Amino acid sequence: MLTIDALCKIYPNGTQALEKISLDVDAGEIVALVGGSGCGKTTLLRMISGLEAPTRGHAALDGEVIDAPHPAVGIVFQEARLLPWLTVAQNIAFGLDHLPKDEQDRRVDEALLRVGLAGYGKRWPRELSGGQAQRVSIVRALVTQPKALLLDEPFSALDALTRESLQDHLLALWETHRPTLVLVTHDVEEAVALADRAIVLQPKPGRIFADIPIDLPRPRDRLSPEFAEAKRLVLKALDGSINQPHSHQAGRVQSPAAGGSF
Amino acid sequence: MSEATLDQTTTTNAQPKAARFAVFGTSFLLGLVLPVTAGLLYEAAFRAGLVQARLLPPPSRVFTTLWKLAQSGELTTHVLATTVRVGMGFGLGALVGMLLGALTGASRNARRLLDPTLQALRAIPSLAWVPLFILWLGIFESSKIALIAVGVFFPVYLGVMAAIANVDRKIVEVGRVFRLSRLALVRRVLLPAILPDFIIAIRSGLGLGFMFVVAAEIMGASEGLGYLLVDGQQLGKPDQILAAIIAFAVLGKIGDWLIVVLTKPFLTWQDTHQRGA
Repeated sequence: MLTIDALCKIYPNGTQALEKISLDVDAGEIVALVGGSGCGKTTLLRMISGLEAPTRGHAALDGEVIDAPHPAVGIVFQEARLLPWLTVAQNIAFGLDHLPKDEQDRRVDEALLRVGLAGYGKRWPRELSGGQAQRVSIVRALVTQPKALLLDEPFSALDALTRESLQDHLLALWETHRPTLVLVTHDVEEAVALADRAIVLQPKPGRIFADIPIDLPRPRDRLSPEFAEAKRLVLKALDGSINQPHSHQAGRVQSPAAGGSF
Repeated sequence: MSEATLDQTTTTNAQPKAARFAVFGTSFLLGLVLPVTAGLLYEAAFRAGLVQARLLPPPSRVFTTLWKLAQSGELTTHVLATTVRVGMGFGLGALVGMLLGALTGASRNARRLLDPTLQALRAIPSLAWVPLFILWLGIFESSKIALIAVGVFFPVYLGVMAAIANVDRKIVEVGRVFRLSRLALVRRVLLPAILPDFIIAIRSGLGLGFMFVVAAEIMGASEGLGYLLVDGQQLGKPDQILAAIIAFAVLGKIGDWLIVVLTKPFLTWQDTHQRGA
């Protein structure tokens, strides 16, 4: 289980990016962090990944406090961030250095096959399209079989069609080992398509505005009325989070709209 | 489907090979136009009796001298002596420059500790070391190699340090996420990332190596291309000076070309606007 306990982040210039964020994510759960720009969702993700240190509070995986990048926590960035001097296969194997060569090859081949890039292993990153590069980046994080995978707006730079296909790829990959997924997004449709829960953040300072369960069976039909209703709820909460007066209201963690079940 | 695409890439790669060679040939010939024309014009002016060639001998005489030196085996001796000096000084200077540059580029504390001193040393004109090197190391090879190494060291050190400090944070973060040790981060992320800049640094290092070998050989040597220069001056043989200068140009160009050709296979990943040109 991923636990976030009273996490605060104040930057050296005095900006308070996050105020007392507390959140529990069950093992295997998919949680989407949604919010307008500047609400600190990326900052929160970077602190869960151990790349940045919180000012107060902590994030922990199965009771183990995360104060540096953790072997069981993977991250996928907004850009693919492939190392340009390594081939696609070498990029995927980047975090597998501790394994014997044949095990590395086996995992890389399987990963390439699963994201529809079989035969691309010897290519250079510059020869890939944006969507292909991001698929490689996702499997690079998944081949180490982390317990939790953090995704920072991973599909935001892609066109709508590619984005939808990559969301399906991500769900299919998640099915095998069922890692906990924490997905930062500003795309409400993406949150509803993927997540078990949408956490809506409110800016200045960043804090949780609403925690909305999305109780739809998978595979989800994006055109169903239930899907549209879930989207409407999240959008409404998002609107509320942005139009809130800046005064700090403690204890506002449950959206009025999300009280009941669907 | 991907097989077919791969095949296609190979054929499109193979096809322009001849074309690329032709382009290389043309640009090579184009580069020769200016010096050859100038040489021919001067030769013609000399033959027509328009110029006094006592101080500036015509190309024919320079190449005759070069040919004589080559036939007597003298040229080989001198070229070999110079090459060995540059090679050893360059190897030493580039190696130390790379190690210290990597250290100061990767670690802020090392930079705070070492860089001010090294920058102060860099501000000293390298030739100022000559008397000291001769006192310490004698007048033979050691002092010459030390001088060349000092000349090569600074551009390599500076280039590597700046390149490492400028590596994209986003790429370094990938290394951090996979929990690379400090050393592994340098080896697996920083060094490959700076390779293109590193090659430029060692190329300018080699250029300085040739500059300093001349200085070292002019100041006292019994063989080497720099010795040929001094000898030509003292005995009033401008054709020998020019022959030595041409030999320097050819040697320096070959050295630079070797670095470019030997490192090219490691840079095929680069996504630059002039790739393949």
